[in-house]
Amino acid sequence: MSTSTIHDIGYRHYDGRRNGRAYVIRSLYVHNLRAAFGLGRPVRAKIMPFVLAALMLLPAAGSVAAFAFTKQEDALIPYAAYANLMQVIVAIFLATQAPVLASREVRFHVVPLYFSRPVGHLDFVLAKGAAMATALLALLAVPVTVLYVGGLVAKAPDSSQQLLDYLGGLVGCVLYALVLAAIGMVVAAFTPRRGFGVAAVIAAYMVPTAVATAVQGIAEAQTNFTLQGWMGLLAPFNLVDIVQVRLLGAETSSPGIAPGVTGGLVALALCAVIVLGSIAVLYRRFRKAGLS
Amino acid sequence: MNSTIAMMTFRSMLGRKRALLLLGLPLIMLVLAVVLRATGNNDLDVSSDILQQFGLATLLPLLALIAGTGVIGPEIDDGQIMYVLTKPIPREVIVLTKLVVAIILVTAFAVVPTLLAGLVLIGTTTGVTPAFTVGVLVGGVAYSAVFVALGVASRNAATIGLLYALVWESLLGRFAPGAKSASIQQWSLSVTDALTDASPVVSTVRLAVAISLLVVVTLVATFLATFRLRTLTVASAD
Repeated sequence: MSTSTIHDIGYRHYDGRRNGRAYVIRSLYVHNLRAAFGLGRPVRAKIMPFVLAALMLLPAAGSVAAFAFTKQEDALIPYAAYANLMQVIVAIFLATQAPVLASREVRFHVVPLYFSRPVGHLDFVLAKGAAMATALLALLAVPVTVLYVGGLVAKAPDSSQQLLDYLGGLVGCVLYALVLAAIGMVVAAFTPRRGFGVAAVIAAYMVPTAVATAVQGIAEAQTNFTLQGWMGLLAPFNLVDIVQVRLLGAETSSPGIAPGVTGGLVALALCAVIVLGSIAVLYRRFRKAGLS
Repeated sequence: MNSTIAMMTFRSMLGRKRALLLLGLPLIMLVLAVVLRATGNNDLDVSSDILQQFGLATLLPLLALIAGTGVIGPEIDDGQIMYVLTKPIPREVIVLTKLVVAIILVTAFAVVPTLLAGLVLIGTTTGVTPAFTVGVLVGGVAYSAVFVALGVASRNAATIGLLYALVWESLLGRFAPGAKSASIQQWSLSVTDALTDASPVVSTVRLAVAISLLVVVTLVATFLATFRLRTLTVASAD
């Protein structure tokens, strides 16, 4: 870092220890992660994330309770199917909180204030993306963990298989969190106006899902199961479920699953493209945001 | 009605890139309709299913949410509403103007596309297309009124609206029949059902009940929005 400036009016420079890049990323990450749940903000900002998190927990708790009383194994929701089952709540959480992370600074034109300090453009975007993904992961993984622990306490049979399924489910949750955060952050970063960001993110989830469901329904009626499977790539939740089923050995919980290991690999590649593309787009977006 | 407020609201809703979002959603439905027709998948079952699942259950709530909360929510949030409220304009005129703008937007971006998609898919056979157009229109009026009222009442209007439209109407409607009869979507479907004799369209709510509930909900929401706007506390944005 160069120490000379145009307006060097003779103040002493800081030559002490600098905390460095890792510290910058960590600070931004923690700040954004707290913002994702409204921590450090007024109660008004906390209501929605915590209401949605509570809604996410309800079916898991109910399922464990039902299993404990009836001892019927199918009362326990499969770990890998949980995100798919609750996809509406997850999507609403993403739609509510992605604009908080991605569009607030753009709206108030304060992004240049970050970059007037030693904050790299890429670090800024990575910290924000990671914070959103972590928030989603917490939203998804906590109920799955409740299911697993509840199953253990209520003595679900075949505990080694349960552990494997649980770990597979967690990997699926990570993938869901990354893909959804990538989509949500990009859409929110381009719709800074209040309220519009929420609607735009939910539209980015609902419309592809509705198209995929419609075409899958028609394909199923015509017994064209190959098309039905491949159309699953269009809908975000179905896309990750294809990876879960084909590469992680989960039971399917989506209307269509692309065939074979190829399907799984294509879906995984598509997930990677979404995540990397999102980082690239956000990088370009935040470099320019607020300068005009 | 106040034409100046209406013009300002239109400009804020359609200005710059925002119109693209509003235009993009119906465009996807039209493209889907054209593709389905080109591939010959446009029999009565498929067509009414598309109109119902896509037009009535996806496009309509989404656009009504964008329009309804968008016409008034941002203004309240950034405090600009004060410039309107301090003019000698009755509050009900402000609310009514905003509501009319929202309804016009919903008509332009949800009702007309539904009509076009229906015409592309099956034309006017068995009256499915006009029936859905009317259904989406009455649903749009009720949704707009509810979402404008939400926009006045709460800062989390968009999220609450989504919870209602997606969780209450769609998710709970599937499991709990009680939630199903208390939903604008089902009431609109009931109107649609009454206007067409096509068998794929089935509603669970009786027509008389549906129409009276639609009217009551619209009126109550408009009244509540006016009432709430009278005692609005303007706080800083988040």
